[in-house]
Amino acid sequence: MGSREETIERLIPIMEDIFDEDSITYSDAMTAADIEEWDSLSNIRFVVAVEKEFGLRFTNSEIASLDNVGQMVDLILTKLD
Amino acid sequence: MANPTELSWLLPAPSDFRACVKALRKDGDSDARQAVRLANHALDLSQLGQLGKAVKQRRDDLAKAGLRPARLAIAATHTLDLLVEALPASGLRHGVLIETLQADYGQTAQAVLDPASPLNAFDPQFTLLALDPQALGLAQPILEESAAQQAVQSAIDYVVSLRDAVHANSNASAILTTLPVPPVSLFGNFDAMQPGSVRWLVQRFNAQLAVHGAGPGDVLLDLAALAENVGLSIWHDAARWHDAKLPFALDCVPLVADYVCRLLAAARGLSRKCLVLDLDNTLWGGVIGDDGVDGIRLGQGSADGEAFLSIQSHARDLRQRGIILAVCSKNEEDAARIPFQQHDEMVLKEDDIAVFVANWTDKASNLRYIAKALNIGTDALVFLDDNPAERERVRQELPEVAVPEVGKEPADYVGLLAAAGYFEALSFGEEDRQRAAMYAANAQRAGAMTKIGNMEEYLRSLEMVCSMRPFDALGRTRTAQLINKSNQFNLTTRRYTEAQVSAMEGDPAKFTLQVRLVDRFGDNGMISVIIFDRGADEWHCDTWLMSCRVLGRRVEEAALAQVAKAAVDAGAKRLIGDYLPTAKNALVKDHFEKLGFAFVRTLDDGGTRWALDLAGYTPPELPMDIHVEFEPVETAV
Repeated sequence: MGSREETIERLIPIMEDIFDEDSITYSDAMTAADIEEWDSLSNIRFVVAVEKEFGLRFTNSEIASLDNVGQMVDLILTKLD
Repeated sequence: MANPTELSWLLPAPSDFRACVKALRKDGDSDARQAVRLANHALDLSQLGQLGKAVKQRRDDLAKAGLRPARLAIAATHTLDLLVEALPASGLRHGVLIETLQADYGQTAQAVLDPASPLNAFDPQFTLLALDPQALGLAQPILEESAAQQAVQSAIDYVVSLRDAVHANSNASAILTTLPVPPVSLFGNFDAMQPGSVRWLVQRFNAQLAVHGAGPGDVLLDLAALAENVGLSIWHDAARWHDAKLPFALDCVPLVADYVCRLLAAARGLSRKCLVLDLDNTLWGGVIGDDGVDGIRLGQGSADGEAFLSIQSHARDLRQRGIILAVCSKNEEDAARIPFQQHDEMVLKEDDIAVFVANWTDKASNLRYIAKALNIGTDALVFLDDNPAERERVRQELPEVAVPEVGKEPADYVGLLAAAGYFEALSFGEEDRQRAAMYAANAQRAGAMTKIGNMEEYLRSLEMVCSMRPFDALGRTRTAQLINKSNQFNLTTRRYTEAQVSAMEGDPAKFTLQVRLVDRFGDNGMISVIIFDRGADEWHCDTWLMSCRVLGRRVEEAALAQVAKAAVDAGAKRLIGDYLPTAKNALVKDHFEKLGFAFVRTLDDGGTRWALDLAGYTPPELPMDIHVEFEPVETAV
């Protein structure tokens, strides 16, 4: 259910809201270093907001294993399968 | 009220919320009070954070606009950064302009104990001491009673020593927190009984903290009660605790922030003082001007009627703790007052209402008038109205008035009003108590009744007032309802329509009684209905029914005394009563016998007939006050 593109489309407004950035240009390689307000606490808010949007739950070890946003998109897609 | 973590008494955030906040931050000349309007919505964590940045940026403007500064230091043994982010925006809702300083993680005790710490240098007015069971040694079971008690005592001593340090090293009031019970049980149900189970430890700690925790000027943040309200399984989020030592689920942060701000506002004297009530469809169902006093829905017997009753009871409870009540209704004043004067089930009386405004002027003007008459600010008002258009109008005209978003279900009103925490108090003082004189007197009487030996004493302790009067228009609906739904305590199970009941009201051949019972726990409403056919020598019982919830209160004896007196006054010699058995009314098989009637004969359909010779009848001494609201009507034929 839902293509990779659709998942990214849903992810962008969440990131804009959580990190208080007006227009985020998405790329798979994007990391916390690319966004000013992305720190450890806003990361938790981000994870929880994504869980809520997609109706799923990440484990802490899954979160710890992510290196960039693209990997999060892939993880979401695996969980939605 | 669907989601317990939501601030459901507030409107949802506008869809262009982020743009509004942005405008507030970009345009330094824009009206800073727009920030307060935005804060008065149910904001999520991100929105609170965004608005919080605007608060920081526009601090001076907001102070000029009348918000009260409050410097809050936070010393926590867990991560409260998300709460800290949410506080400045939440504070706007309560009239406080919050500035925070957080002790470094792991430095809780040092920050409080060291007079030269950054925390004390901040010169806080409030210091939040947020500890957790882990930090207090109460997170693991201690299954030996004296050791368990010792652990609770040590935890209390520790908190008290931190509190004393707050006082010694700063001018701040300490904010102490109770501990939400951890969600994992060890034994299961038995945890409640086993000394030293975590549940036991935490509950004992909380109870002792409430008694010994707060010194002069200190306040208690009852997180345990909040967590119970939300639900412990929603409150606790183990993954977030292990990941970042977040003490509660992210969804709870806006609610906790609001609770903290209420306390700060209360400490600044900013709690609301007056509840202004609409009338039609807020205190009763229906429109008094259209439906009349007999037609409005209020009281026992319908879900709606009971819901409106509970709203009135809550308002009365608030009044008894010192909250002022006012009425603001679009109505003719005379009509608006009629239920207060004539409706039996009204909990609120005219005396309870400090200012009564019923006219056709717009409500914002009337609210200004009410505030002026009471010599309080409009920012001390809470306005409860079922009509969304009126609510919106008042919000626009008077944004400082608190207007709970109550929806369409009156059963939700009390919960929403209470959840909003408008009337947060830090103490209950002499002044409040005087306003609550009646309440105090009642409590004293209740205290004297704690020892109850026998049935008679028990019944006396209920302070029952039984009132009786013939059928009338006011009681008609409830009378018909009882006639049509009572099955168990019903001697004849005869059903009559409301129209038939109405016809009996003026019928000289009928003797009718509606019986109501009030006790010290409240008004039971109409609980018994009796109809006798009047004859020259004999009065024949057509209907005798009673609500089972007042079984064993001797109400039937009181009713009989009334029937007997009326019959004797009318010159009758005997009362005749039939028991007609059904599948459900075996309960009253011996009803007449118990009342002293003699058996006459078995009826054709298996029932029994009974007779009471009035010459030999003496009314009993009863454990209740009896109010008869009429003289028996003489037979006019």
